[in-house]
Amino acid sequence: MSGVIVWIETHDGAAIAASWEALAAGRMLADSYSVPLAALVIGGGSSATTEAGRYGADEVITADDATVSAYRLEPYAALLTALVKGRGARVVVAAATARGRELLAASAADTDNPLLADVLSMTVSADGVIQAERAAYAGKVLSDTVVIGGETQFVTVRSRAFAAPELKADSSASGSTFAPVLPEDQIASKVISFDAETGTVNLNDAAIIVSGGRGMANNPANPPADATDAAAWKAQEGFRSILQPLADALGGAVGASRAAVDAGYIPYAHQVGQTGKTVAPDLYIACGISGAIQHQAGMRTSRIIVAINKDGDAPIFKMARYGLVGDLYQIVPAITAEIRKRQGK
Amino acid sequence: MTVVVFTRSTPDTAAKVEVNAQGVVSWGEAATVVNPWDEYALEEAIVQAKGGAGKAVVVAIGADMHNDALKHSLAMGLDEAARVDDSALDATDSLSYAVAAAAAVIKVGGVDLVIFGKESIDVGTDAHIVGTARKLGWTMLSYVSRITAIDYAARTITVERMLEEGKQTITSALPVVISVLKDINEPRYPSFIGIRKASKAAIPTWTLADLGVPAPTARTRIAAYKNLPVRDTRFESIDGTPEQQAVKLVDRLIEEKVL
Repeated sequence: MSGVIVWIETHDGAAIAASWEALAAGRMLADSYSVPLAALVIGGGSSATTEAGRYGADEVITADDATVSAYRLEPYAALLTALVKGRGARVVVAAATARGRELLAASAADTDNPLLADVLSMTVSADGVIQAERAAYAGKVLSDTVVIGGETQFVTVRSRAFAAPELKADSSASGSTFAPVLPEDQIASKVISFDAETGTVNLNDAAIIVSGGRGMANNPANPPADATDAAAWKAQEGFRSILQPLADALGGAVGASRAAVDAGYIPYAHQVGQTGKTVAPDLYIACGISGAIQHQAGMRTSRIIVAINKDGDAPIFKMARYGLVGDLYQIVPAITAEIRKRQGK
Repeated sequence: MTVVVFTRSTPDTAAKVEVNAQGVVSWGEAATVVNPWDEYALEEAIVQAKGGAGKAVVVAIGADMHNDALKHSLAMGLDEAARVDDSALDATDSLSYAVAAAAAVIKVGGVDLVIFGKESIDVGTDAHIVGTARKLGWTMLSYVSRITAIDYAARTITVERMLEEGKQTITSALPVVISVLKDINEPRYPSFIGIRKASKAAIPTWTLADLGVPAPTARTRIAAYKNLPVRDTRFESIDGTPEQQAVKLVDRLIEEKVL
């Protein structure tokens, strides 16, 4: 049964949002080839198993034992490769997350098959060849990449590039199980711990991102006498008390420029840009960010960009749809209050 | 023991990258720099070599433009450099790159640690990094933000990996391939003496025959590059008191259907 297999990535027993986008990409390919669409859920106890059918998978394959309960590349890749070879799968799709990228790259390399990574859009030619649009040269241009031969094509899709399918009330998917293939004594790595960052919205999945830059240090609040770095305290406090509430009101995530991260205003996990994360939200609100080229590399494909900066000549205004010149410490709280008012809160 | 780090030259961050009517990409007269993520990989290789790995060797795969990245690496303090160049190799294909990179690691010999920067900004992927680990048959530890412990005698490594939902701490037997993120270190600048030494260095070129591998079959091909779709250049300045600005902005965002 040479169908399309989509790896449904799970975290804490639930599928991540980007997995359903990958399932939508898989559905498009399965329909192009007139083959069935299977969802693969590795690791147990997951609501993803029932949801996968409701999102449109024809079959849900579950694979679970102690070796795959926590994500590790080696047992996951061995499992995926065995499944793909056994079924002669036509295409394997996953979300282009940290895990999805490496898992499919590993299985593609193991089987000497083509991989299209971090795909923005895809077409299938009349003779069945997949052509993908991808970002190249730090997102300054695009490339059309085609696969050459191979029994199985591997595809990872960028978060928010494909719309998730509709969640139906019922599932008509069949179920099957697949046994992990790599015994524990053949796995070189052991997971020691996982420290989840709780309460924050994933930047890659966020429809709305509120980002802060160097201008966050212009907080009028006075630092406590024991603050060792007054500017850093002001900026950190600003991220916490000004930007986070706006992000919360909008259901969005908090991002930052490299300058803010390098100055210690906010952890690196929030950095948007060339050596941080690449994001493409519907709305990107840049607060106190000048808009250096390396920041643009991470957010230039955002749909609507709003710039709030006291310097009306800042390069960020050249990218912005809406520009607000002024003090972010006055403007951002006013926007938060206005949004809450409209939400009736 | 030896650490191998891979790098490549990419257009300067400020370079204007454009595509012509034939789908060919160029960046005019703009200089190239070390792939931005590789600065952290190069620094980590120097740190690990000094801390017990022994020597640090930097390798690039591709045409002679990548010698610039290798010279920068030598100027930073890498011990040796080599470049893999073969007309039968399409290094934009991650599988082809991986086959050549794995063979280069074997040729260097005695390697326990291979380091890459998180991804290459030109090809926009890290698939070649994972592929290199798989072709070597070594453990891949990607997105490493910290090496918490490495023991060359006991042959173990423990790292923190930055995943979307938080931090995974994972330990593995050596040898491993790691890809590193920005917050692993602060890259040093090349010293004046380093730059002088690097400018005189002769960098050996290895063909696939030198590496003892047949030309890999490319599984992907870049058919054409394209310029980005033209961005909506409409701009509206929203003025007034902060409260007036807030009201107008929220109105506009509702009209745009992003709220």
